[in-house]
Amino acid sequence: MKPTRPSEPWWLLAPMLGALAVFFVYPLLSALRTSFYEWDLLTAPRFIGLGNYRAIFSSGELFASLGTTLLVSVVVVAGSLVLGLGLALAVNRPGRLAALARSAVFSAYVVSWVSVGLLFLWIFDADAGVVNQLLSAAGIGKVKWLTSTRMAPLTVALIVLWKVTGYAMVVFLSGLSGLPPEMQEAAALDGAGPFARLRHVTLPLLRPTAAFVATTSLIASFQLFDVVRLLTQGGPVRSTTVLVYAIYEQLFRDLRVGRASSLVVVFFLVLSALTWLKLRAFRSQEPV
Amino acid sequence: MIGERGVRRWALGAALLAALVWLFPYAWMLLTSFKTPQELLKAPTALPTSLGFSAYAEVFRALPVARYAALTTVMALSIAALQIAVALPAAYALAKLDFRLRGAAFALLLSALLIPAELRFVPTFTLFSALGLVNTLPALVLPFAVSAFGTFLLRQALLSVPNSLIEAARLDGASELYIVYRVLPPILAPSLMAFFLVSFVHHWNDYFWPLVMTVDDTVRTLPLGIALLREQGSGVRWHIIMAGSTLLSLPALGLFAFSQKYLMRGLGSGVG
Repeated sequence: MKPTRPSEPWWLLAPMLGALAVFFVYPLLSALRTSFYEWDLLTAPRFIGLGNYRAIFSSGELFASLGTTLLVSVVVVAGSLVLGLGLALAVNRPGRLAALARSAVFSAYVVSWVSVGLLFLWIFDADAGVVNQLLSAAGIGKVKWLTSTRMAPLTVALIVLWKVTGYAMVVFLSGLSGLPPEMQEAAALDGAGPFARLRHVTLPLLRPTAAFVATTSLIASFQLFDVVRLLTQGGPVRSTTVLVYAIYEQLFRDLRVGRASSLVVVFFLVLSALTWLKLRAFRSQEPV
Repeated sequence: MIGERGVRRWALGAALLAALVWLFPYAWMLLTSFKTPQELLKAPTALPTSLGFSAYAEVFRALPVARYAALTTVMALSIAALQIAVALPAAYALAKLDFRLRGAAFALLLSALLIPAELRFVPTFTLFSALGLVNTLPALVLPFAVSAFGTFLLRQALLSVPNSLIEAARLDGASELYIVYRVLPPILAPSLMAFFLVSFVHHWNDYFWPLVMTVDDTVRTLPLGIALLREQGSGVRWHIIMAGSTLLSLPALGLFAFSQKYLMRGLGSGVG
């Protein structure tokens, strides 16, 4: 449609563009600039060139936190794909039990991370937690869910998985509802059993949905912070110090604004690459 | 080879198991919140012997729960209202009006999806502390004025609104602003509802942004307050912490129970 006045669209867009400029574009440019300075918020910033970047690369801090983030991401992405799809297939039917399971799994998505974090802190408590109590009653012995460097990142990943699987399931359910039923019927007429239909008809058609879920879970696990802050504070021995937690520590514990900003810049580059993947997956979801 | 009926039985089994895995933690939270410290010490996994609300009373004693909840509600409502007010005209321009650089404006909006709050907080914090805005309500609300997700959702919904409807309103002498804020909202009601719910629930629950933008009790939100329960006091406190967690999750779960359809619709659209 033709706008009533040529300038009309820009007036309508102005609030959005203004907010984008102040709260999206400015912070990124500012972080880029600050990343070349040493600054503790109290004294004047001092230009140190690439000093911050050299420090985060050579101290191993960047790679350690990237590695931890990646480890958690792998579990969350693989888990949300398998569980999300499996559950979507299992509950994609009428009936009260299926409806109950749908609601139960999806409800975790709307519960605050704080509640989820505190709840699992209690459930996975080393001594009095219900999981370890059951394990030791069964004669298996207690597991150091949150206190061993090897288990803690996995426990964190499992909790994230519990929280985000419902979202993956909902996306898969809406993917399933978009599939043409004629193809299932035709395959069934040809004598294909339920597994053959799943493998040769449903799964190939769901590939774009799966790509979308995978990239969304990947980006969500790169933003991980709340659970880590509530459950482990990055420990034990920094084994759960994910990227955002590392940035948070640099700023609020060490007052190193420049160092934090250099991590933000690297984080932005990583996220851009991941989001590019997400947009590609999203585009391939649209009918050609 | 498993037949059709066997598959159905397995699927129901899986659904039952999933319901258990996802409902058990809630049940455990609720059960723990009814226990006494003595019960927790003696047998941490036994069922509570009576329905005691002393842990809840303790939460209300330790924290100004009502004030935190009111502030959190005001904050989340302000964010949702601001986001809708900003998104409506932008979505209208992007979906319905022809102008140069429309593609570029749309691309700019989509690229905002790429920049989560976790990437913006360092410079925003230094900007707000220079302006003296740290620890105020505007610091919690203004940075979320644009919702790329919501604007995108409204734009998609507007694409299927017929142009003739807008042209008719123009012929009746309606201004563009009247069309945006009066004519369109009733037509977009389901999408606006989904937008509102996703935004409200997200910000009501948010822990990260209020954590980095507040320094004391002035504008502390409920998730921050409840998280503090873990750090306060000594001795066995799990019943109190679980009572706090229950209080925090009840409003979101309640809203969820009434609006599941809209939420699933908004999120299932695949842009969140």
